[in-house]
Amino acid sequence: MTLETVLFYVLGGLAVLGALNLILQRHPIHSALSLILVMASLAVLYLLLGAEFIAAVQIIIYAGAIMVLFVFVIMLLNAGEEERTNLSRMARYVGLPVAAVLLSGLAYLLYRAWPVDLLVQPHPSLGQTRPLAEMLFKDFVLPFELTSILILIAVLGAVVLAKKEL
Amino acid sequence: MTDWLTRNAVFVITLAKIGLVLFVLLTAVAYLVWVERKLIAHIQSRWGPYRVGPHGLLQPLADGLKFLFKEDIFFPHATSRFVYLLAPFLAVTLGLMAIAVIPFGSGKFELLGTQTGLYIADINVGLLYILAVTSLTVYSVALAGWASNSKYPLLGGLRSAAQMVSYEIALTLSVVGVLLLAGTLSLRELVEAQQGHWGGLLPRWFIFPQFVAFLCFFISGVAETQRLPFDLPEAETELVAGFHTEYSSLKFAMFFMAEYAHMITASLLVTLLFLGGWLSPFPAGEFWAFTRYLPAAVAAGLAVVFLQDSFHHQPLSHRVLVILVGLALAGVAWGLFTGPALLELVQGPFWLLAKAAIFLFIFIWTRATLPRFRYDQLMAFGWKFLVPLAVLNIMVTSFVVAWGAD
Amino acid sequence: MVPLSYYLVLSAILFGLGVMGFLLRRSIITIFMSIELMLNAVNLAFVVFSHYWTAWKGLDSALSGQVFVFFVIVVAAAEAAVGLAIIIVVFRTRASLNVERVNLMKW
Repeated sequence: MTLETVLFYVLGGLAVLGALNLILQRHPIHSALSLILVMASLAVLYLLLGAEFIAAVQIIIYAGAIMVLFVFVIMLLNAGEEERTNLSRMARYVGLPVAAVLLSGLAYLLYRAWPVDLLVQPHPSLGQTRPLAEMLFKDFVLPFELTSILILIAVLGAVVLAKKEL
Repeated sequence: MTDWLTRNAVFVITLAKIGLVLFVLLTAVAYLVWVERKLIAHIQSRWGPYRVGPHGLLQPLADGLKFLFKEDIFFPHATSRFVYLLAPFLAVTLGLMAIAVIPFGSGKFELLGTQTGLYIADINVGLLYILAVTSLTVYSVALAGWASNSKYPLLGGLRSAAQMVSYEIALTLSVVGVLLLAGTLSLRELVEAQQGHWGGLLPRWFIFPQFVAFLCFFISGVAETQRLPFDLPEAETELVAGFHTEYSSLKFAMFFMAEYAHMITASLLVTLLFLGGWLSPFPAGEFWAFTRYLPAAVAAGLAVVFLQDSFHHQPLSHRVLVILVGLALAGVAWGLFTGPALLELVQGPFWLLAKAAIFLFIFIWTRATLPRFRYDQLMAFGWKFLVPLAVLNIMVTSFVVAWGAD
Repeated sequence: MVPLSYYLVLSAILFGLGVMGFLLRRSIITIFMSIELMLNAVNLAFVVFSHYWTAWKGLDSALSGQVFVFFVIVVAAAEAAVGLAIIIVVFRTRASLNVERVNLMKW
């Protein structure tokens, strides 16, 4: 077992544990913390895959900004533990098997489509930021500008929604 | 044994470097507290700590022992024990992690048959790594506030979450101007892009073309470390002690250490980005060759000061301690004067730490001088002044860069 | 070297757990976090494929995978801003975060 394999199992295990904890915990803050764990372990996996820039962005934006907003809102609303309802019991008996079937089906299909012996090959300049930036600002300029408009709209929407009188 | 060492040289050397940097960083954190207390005291016409050891030099040791032996009050009403314990742990870990990618100099040395430099890790996206680690520190404060299950910590935690997310934007945007000029995210290459001098005298540091960015960066850096005048999360006149009201003994010490570690990281980062990092401010020519001996001269000067000062100390133990420190410094000076290789290796760290010390001084100076912001002023200053200024700086810089590229 | 399919299975597991969370949970915030989990799972698949295609189709087509991750993160940020604002408004009017209490438009 190489160091990379060990790291993959440890980080993948952490990510799955975090995701499980996310849906099992009853308090939203604990769910948010487990989601941060998932994001952090995915970021290290990205590093392992040579995507250094994406790994950094994952931590800065996902864990450092989006999840902070979640935690902030949970603290602001003083959200307590989730209450149980009749429907959630139905969801447990119907939804859980369906989701499990979906999950295992998806995993099986992916596993069959790409056989085990197909190894991931690294590329020396994959992790560098410059080719990524060139692609982003040459081939994807229009989508990039569109996302900036999207963010502007989101900012306006958030401000309008969060105002005291709606 | 030696065979095993040479085979795993990279691993062993990295571990040794981590240990060394951690030791130096933790000692620096302890003595930064002493420097701060002493400086603020002198600014306010007091003496500051002077009982424990000569000039209170052993005060950090006493403080550390006090933290260890204080009663560890486990706040019984914590919302969640796990989160309550996680918060200080997160604070100190993230505070120490950021130092890993800071390069201390360009010098290389050979150890166990492997070439290594003066850094723990030299990664392509070093700057982003530091931004990523510092962007996570908000959790330690916010979670501490939430888990304490008490109104003042909660208010402190909420304030800190809003403040750090807001100022992170100004912090990140102000770096973009420098990145446009240097064209790299690696901290080593960022410093190497600042080599040379304008007109043979003025160093090509980014502080001169990017002065606006420097101001934005340093101000938001102070806000990110939550020091005065931005220390609203722990404003003691309004919130008792803010987010760490319900923490005691070692858990409080962890928050304390994290704050000073952040100060050191912020100062080092400002130096690397805007003040040419480890580069000497003097030109390379024959005329300025004597400046290479400055580290040795500083060590010799300090040794003289310590030895001369030793006559003023009354208890014999104090006098012996001062003399020992003076002799150690004299030994360092002797080694530097006689060993050119050692002198060469020390150049980078010497200039980097000397420049970072300026910013540490400013950190403490502002704490002694400026009053605290009001909360709405803080938000208005961040969003209505710093962010537009940083964006304007990006626009002007990119126009100039594009102009030069044609 | 870890085989490609391992990463894909990990991504599928995370996505499935996200779907489960979305279906099982009743708190709006947790449902929202499950959506973020699904987006993260998709991002992992994108990055893995980008890494994989470098060996087959050259750097350019591979990097577009990372660009997509970038866009997904941006859209997630916008979504989080608006979504959390909506959650705050819902909490103000309903005084609850339970999705079943938000049934005014139901007949």
